[in-house]
Amino acid sequence: MTDVPIVRTSREEIEVYRFGPIASVLIPVLALLVQAFIPARFHAAAILDLPFLVTVFFAVTRRSQFAGMLTGAIIGLVQDALTHQAIGLYGIAKTVVGYGASSLGVKIDVENPGTRLLVTGGFYLVHQAVYFLVARNILGVAMEWLWARTLLAALLNGLAAIVLFAVLDRFKHST
Amino acid sequence: MENFFSRYRNSSILVLVLFAQVLGLAVQVKRTTETGGTRLIRVWVVNAITPLEKVLVNTSQAVRNVWRNYLYLRGVRHENRDLKEQIERLRVEQVRLSEDAAQARRLQALLEFKEQFISQTVAAQVIGSSGSDQSHVIYIDKGASDGIKPDMAVITPDGIVGKVLRVFHASSQVLLINDPSSGVGTILESSRLQGILQGTAAGETMLRYVMSDEKVATGERVLTSGGDRIFPKGLPVGAVQQANPGSDLFLNIRVKPAANLSRLEEVLVVTRILENTPPVAEPSAPVRAADILAERLPKVPQKPPTVAATGAAATSTAATKAPAGTAAISPATKPSTTAIAPSAAETQPSKPAAVQSQTTGTAATTQPAVAAPKPSTAGVTPVAGGAKPAAKPAGTTPPAGTAGAATAAAAKPAAAKPVVNKPAAGGEAQESKQVNSAGQPSRPAAPAPQTPPSEAVSR
Repeated sequence: MTDVPIVRTSREEIEVYRFGPIASVLIPVLALLVQAFIPARFHAAAILDLPFLVTVFFAVTRRSQFAGMLTGAIIGLVQDALTHQAIGLYGIAKTVVGYGASSLGVKIDVENPGTRLLVTGGFYLVHQAVYFLVARNILGVAMEWLWARTLLAALLNGLAAIVLFAVLDRFKHST
Repeated sequence: MENFFSRYRNSSILVLVLFAQVLGLAVQVKRTTETGGTRLIRVWVVNAITPLEKVLVNTSQAVRNVWRNYLYLRGVRHENRDLKEQIERLRVEQVRLSEDAAQARRLQALLEFKEQFISQTVAAQVIGSSGSDQSHVIYIDKGASDGIKPDMAVITPDGIVGKVLRVFHASSQVLLINDPSSGVGTILESSRLQGILQGTAAGETMLRYVMSDEKVATGERVLTSGGDRIFPKGLPVGAVQQANPGSDLFLNIRVKPAANLSRLEEVLVVTRILENTPPVAEPSAPVRAADILAERLPKVPQKPPTVAATGAAATSTAATKAPAGTAAISPATKPSTTAIAPSAAETQPSKPAAVQSQTTGTAATTQPAVAAPKPSTAGVTPVAGGAKPAAKPAGTTPPAGTAGAATAAAAKPAAAKPVVNKPAAGGEAQESKQVNSAGQPSRPAAPAPQTPPSEAVSR
């Protein structure tokens, strides 16, 4: 008699989570606050984009394209307001990321740390590419695409996502 | 059609949201060129975020102050001693520089040169940043209610930081000099080459528009040129880190900013700049470094005047304490050398001391203070010949070397002074006439101008 392994489909792969209203507001606000506060003293910390990480986390966890793009748009527009550039650059980039991450979250398991690293790193590149294209082609901002720096930032944000998502997992509730 | 929208509902919403934002960008681009106003969403967000940042900053600073001021005091005594020594060194240096500055002012006055200097600053604390690599801006805790206006210069004692870009009620947005959209008129200190300092996407600062056939040395200091009408002339910007020929006609000069832009905590906003024609400093009784050294030496106790000790002996006792020019003056005028620093502080009480010693513009503001003791000696015209006997003290034994140098130096500048004294018969000076470096008579001696003709640049 041979043992046949039982292949299970994880229920979590398609499970949709939700967040309480306080967490839904406080987590993005805290991310924006920390993002504005720490780089003022340690500029190197600006390589981490906490609002971006929160956008990806909400998108892949809620698995709703509408909620994902709306979260991304709001967080992005608020982030734009803190810069000196036109409002909408981060808004557009994070709208695209929110939509894309939630679309991907429906199809693949995003609970795995390895997957989180790849998804976050990949979407960071998408985020930067959208920002670069819009800033350069619509606003005419003289920008350079710095491959080394962008790839390093993608890696660091991916690594930060593993830690941050593990913390934020405590705030989610299954529906 | 209805089936299409229900099937692609989310995609349609995505397109709509993106289209709305692109439209918003287009509107902003048009309005920015027309009015340059601040968007309402920006005001809301900044007014919501900055109070929280202020709380964070104040809390962290309170904790740090308790630690630094009450708990961690290791090495404070040693540091205090070092700082005192440094103050003494700087005092000597200040005297030397004030002489150079006085000479420069005389020459500038001849050329009817208008100088700028910082008249008023507001200290502000950095409470936040944009948090983005693409936007090098910081937020400070002073806004319109504190008199901050757009385009005011923001500096630290080390060097310039940026300019005020947007002003809110209780906070302001400052564009740093390493932002790509920033531009500062600069000049290289020794080669006097002018260029424009701009930021890069990577957060570096580059000096542009210096022709490639020019020689620029690594380490050369970069100062503000004043050409941008934001930063007063002569403020430190940074030092040349690297200079390479570019692909075009210009050099690629990388500049390391003098101020640490990545760790800013407190800054000064220049709220008022004065322009004036430098008044001619009265070139009498220069204060020398040797005088200060002599002041610090142990003094010979003053003997009560006796009938026998008259004439030369009395003169020599005074000469060991006071330099030439003040030797014959009553003791009231003697502490003129020690009064330099306090009077400098009194003249510009609103200005931080660090800026006074760092910036070229502020050096000019100390001028009345340096000149202040002079009128007291003007009434008593020092006789060049009268200083000579003082150089040979009789009956005093000053410490080897220093006192001798002091007394030797005391006799020297009296001859170098551009004041032509015409001693009347009997050794009493009756008339003094100033001459400029060209030997032409200039303005008669007058008390140092306390309020030079100035023109405030309204911000």
